[in-house]
Amino acid sequence: MTTLHMVNKSPFERNAMKSCLAHALEGDGVILFEDGVYGAVKGSAVTGDIQGKAGAVKVYVLGPDLAARGIADGRLIEGIKVVDYPGFVDLVTSHERTQSWL
Amino acid sequence: MSVAKKFLYVNRKAPYGTIYALESLEVVLIGAAFDQNVSLAFLDDGVFQLAKGQDTKGLGVKNFSPTFRALGDYGVTKLYVEKESLAERGLTEDDLMPVTYEDENDGFAEKPSLIFVDRAELARVMRDQDVVLSF
Amino acid sequence: MKLSILVNEGPYTHQASDTAYQFTKAALEKGVEIFRVFFYNDGVNNGTRLTVPPQDDRNIQKNWSELGEKYKLDLVVCIAAAQRRGILDEGEAKRHGKGEGAANIAPGFRISGLGQLIEAGIEAERLVVFGD
Repeated sequence: MTTLHMVNKSPFERNAMKSCLAHALEGDGVILFEDGVYGAVKGSAVTGDIQGKAGAVKVYVLGPDLAARGIADGRLIEGIKVVDYPGFVDLVTSHERTQSWL
Repeated sequence: MSVAKKFLYVNRKAPYGTIYALESLEVVLIGAAFDQNVSLAFLDDGVFQLAKGQDTKGLGVKNFSPTFRALGDYGVTKLYVEKESLAERGLTEDDLMPVTYEDENDGFAEKPSLIFVDRAELARVMRDQDVVLSF
Repeated sequence: MKLSILVNEGPYTHQASDTAYQFTKAALEKGVEIFRVFFYNDGVNNGTRLTVPPQDDRNIQKNWSELGEKYKLDLVVCIAAAQRRGILDEGEAKRHGKGEGAANIAPGFRISGLGQLIEAGIEAERLVVFGD
């Protein structure tokens, strides 16, 4: 009964990603998109938040949003998977529900 | 209509600064007519929606906080409030307005609608839903 | 698999309606059924035919209308949110005495009540929310 959590806010402006990760349970997925993709970059003040959940929760990031913001794949935290819009759709259908952290 | 679905309305935003809290409540009221299994969750800044003593006269906008107290009449009786979110904001349970309902299965006894849960319990409530709505 | 989409933000200020559009289009192209797209809050502004974006910009309303036509999508604008923000169909324009030609609902969209959102949650297997 896993959930796909959707985070579209920069973790440097709002607590959406932090709160999401604090409520995500084993086996859940988290997709970072729109300004949420800034949370996927390694070496930032919030990198540890994602790494702390590695293993329990699978983290995805939307490729077109990375590209638009000039973030190369090489800058992503290890283990984060890049998906495109069709991949985003697959994530929605392969989890039991979605929860948007607006 | 088939089996009732579990709907959870997630409230993470404070009232008045933006319209989201009000428009979430409007969906709850309309949704109550559909005989689904409805719960509300208040976490992060959403707990401010339940603060006692709201008075919007000076703003010229409607104070919608009394509507929470009427939810019981619509069969909406489960309002989960996250304890950690209260504590982080310097609030206690006493800072929130009382929200109750009359239990028709128990001689219409008045019972509290606010259910105070910790973060781990709320995470399990969220995972137990069919539809999660946020605004 | 049948999905419903909720769009809570208007076009151009937030990315939400662009993402919702790209997501919906990708789902339809994969053969995933979209039961309904419901526009709420400022999201109703996706459904006015009066937007005239510059020629070198995308026309979000037109994108929705064309996607709607191609896939016979049910694009529903919340009536209460629409009335607050000046989005009217013929019936509403007349009922509120706004005069001839005031109706501005875009092609392929229809105005209806919030119950349509609840129904979208009941009928679809997943409800996906895009907002701010």
